[in-house]
Amino acid sequence: MQEFLLGIKGELPILLGVTPLGMIYGVLATSAGLAVWDAQAMSSVVFAGSSQFMLIQLVNLGAPAIMMILTGFVINLRHALYSASVAPYIRHLSTLWKFILSYLLTDEAYAVAIIHYQDESESKNKHWFLLGAGIALWSCWQLSTAAGIFLGAQVPPNWGLDFTLALTFIALAVPAINDKASFLSALSAGLTAILTRGLPYKLNLIAAALVGITVGLWSDRR
Amino acid sequence: MSEIWVVMLSIGILTFLTRLSFIYMHEKWQPPDVVTRALRFVPVAALTAIFVPEMALQNGELVLSLENIRLLAGIIAILVAWRTKSALWTIGVGMVSFWALTWLM
Repeated sequence: MQEFLLGIKGELPILLGVTPLGMIYGVLATSAGLAVWDAQAMSSVVFAGSSQFMLIQLVNLGAPAIMMILTGFVINLRHALYSASVAPYIRHLSTLWKFILSYLLTDEAYAVAIIHYQDESESKNKHWFLLGAGIALWSCWQLSTAAGIFLGAQVPPNWGLDFTLALTFIALAVPAINDKASFLSALSAGLTAILTRGLPYKLNLIAAALVGITVGLWSDRR
Repeated sequence: MSEIWVVMLSIGILTFLTRLSFIYMHEKWQPPDVVTRALRFVPVAALTAIFVPEMALQNGELVLSLENIRLLAGIIAILVAWRTKSALWTIGVGMVSFWALTWLM
């Protein structure tokens, strides 16, 4: 129970950046013509911010369903890396636990929980931390989506609130850079993401993550 | 069932299976040592790959100038994150810098 509360607490600062994103999603989804309940349901059925934003754009463009499905799938492929990263820590858990934690394995919950898994503290209940972080993020995403749908056009577009996406990921990534290898990993990932920006389906993100991981591993080899 | 629901359910299931993939397989198959060591770099590499384009690209084009407010405010946020290691300060100072720079220019 203590780990569960720690997980919620660890996730709270991140929610400051996530809330505006959920609201923007709600606004964009309804203005793209999605019914209120469809827009809200997507936040729990898909539950992955970047693919939800991409989907709204494709709905606006009138893209065919198969293209939307493929795009959403490819954008979320990076979660396989998170899955591999968390797997050794939760291998002892029941299948039900694994299903629940997989559903909750977003960028933001993963990033907060993996730091806790890797720290020095001895606890056999760190999966409760991941659960707490995941549920905190899930609740925030649903509520902020609802707020965006409800407020609709009253959210001013020129406030640049979508910039909180970059800020949230900066807040998650930068403190995790703690040696030369992780610094070089981040640097090479960032450069690759820019250099390969022409790739479709945001595949540059996958390319960049793989280059970053390889560089980190290489500079850490001794 | 309407088309949007077919799309949502398909992506939802595919995303869930992606997130479950290695977690589920781990009992039967464990990755070699080199992969385990590589996984340490997943958070840093994946997250940086997302935020750097958000700062430096505008409509898919690289914009490295003082006119790019997101780049400037992002750099300020990186410095704050590095010094304070606090998400609250990083997001707060980053957003205030963004608004201040927008107002100044």
